[in-house]
Amino acid sequence: MTAVAVETSEPGHEADTHAADAHGHGHPPTNTGLSNDKVAMWAFLGSECLLFGALISTFFLYRSRAPLGTVKPHDVYDIPFTSVSSFILLMSSLTMVLALSAFNRADSRRAMVWLSATALLGATFLGGQIYEFTVFIREGMTLKTNPASSAFYVLTGFHGTHVGIGVLMLLILVILIARGRLTPARAETIEIAGLYWHFVDVVWVVVFTVVYLLPL
Amino acid sequence: MTTTHATPAADKHDEHGDHPSEKKYWVIALILGIITAVEVALSYIDLGNGVAPLLLIGMVMKFFIVASYFMHLKFDSKMARRLFISGLSLALFCYLALFMMFRQFGPRDDRQDIDLIETGVPQR
Repeated sequence: MTAVAVETSEPGHEADTHAADAHGHGHPPTNTGLSNDKVAMWAFLGSECLLFGALISTFFLYRSRAPLGTVKPHDVYDIPFTSVSSFILLMSSLTMVLALSAFNRADSRRAMVWLSATALLGATFLGGQIYEFTVFIREGMTLKTNPASSAFYVLTGFHGTHVGIGVLMLLILVILIARGRLTPARAETIEIAGLYWHFVDVVWVVVFTVVYLLPL
Repeated sequence: MTTTHATPAADKHDEHGDHPSEKKYWVIALILGIITAVEVALSYIDLGNGVAPLLLIGMVMKFFIVASYFMHLKFDSKMARRLFISGLSLALFCYLALFMMFRQFGPRDDRQDIDLIETGVPQR
């Protein structure tokens, strides 16, 4: 059994402080040992597997379906460019864990630096994706060109939207830390945002291989 | 005032292992970068049918490395692992069934038939 010692001078705050400190993660005790927020995020990510699974499968089934003479996704890919984008997104996962690690050490300044770096890498990836889309459209592959192009834009567009939401989330966290409204006692908030970010990265790992690298 | 409490939940939480050190995170990132570089190189080499399984192995390795170490699934509670794995397994079974329905695992000629029906011209 683990004993948790709680010291407080105000009796009215005793129960709350104990509840929050029971795990050292700033959340009240639960039957699962995980905070409700974290369980909710894991359940959400589990359901996101189904969403992205559907989009990836649809692309896989339609990737070669295009009338002759129309531009297919495989005709316009720029693999070296997308490889660099993929590497940038992978490295953003590294900066995210470094931010959490710094915040757990109560080093708020370094946590803000790493969170900002993560947001910057995410924004760079998004910029790359927007550039890629404009090039593809200029080369004649639009959303309506054929089923293969529709499936491609919907899949990568949904992923890009997730990255955009993640970047916003990271910037909000940086602002909250800078204003002193998010302290290391609530490091789990960063951990939960990190779970979302890593998931977005993991989805791109699959998308990059299945969509860009696998031969037709 | 000092009080001492013990809760089963706190015990459960203490079961979680320690998270990796920052140095280990850098090593993991390096490994991920190397796997990505190998995957990209493989896509340029003409290995015939052998390239797809190799690319998929690299993808699965990267997926589990990120999920285990960066998402701390390896060190977190079993509950988190179960939630994520059940969503992932459900998705895999569901879409494998879909691929079977569309004869994606059959001979190439079978798949060509589907393209014919859909677009009126064979695509491969």
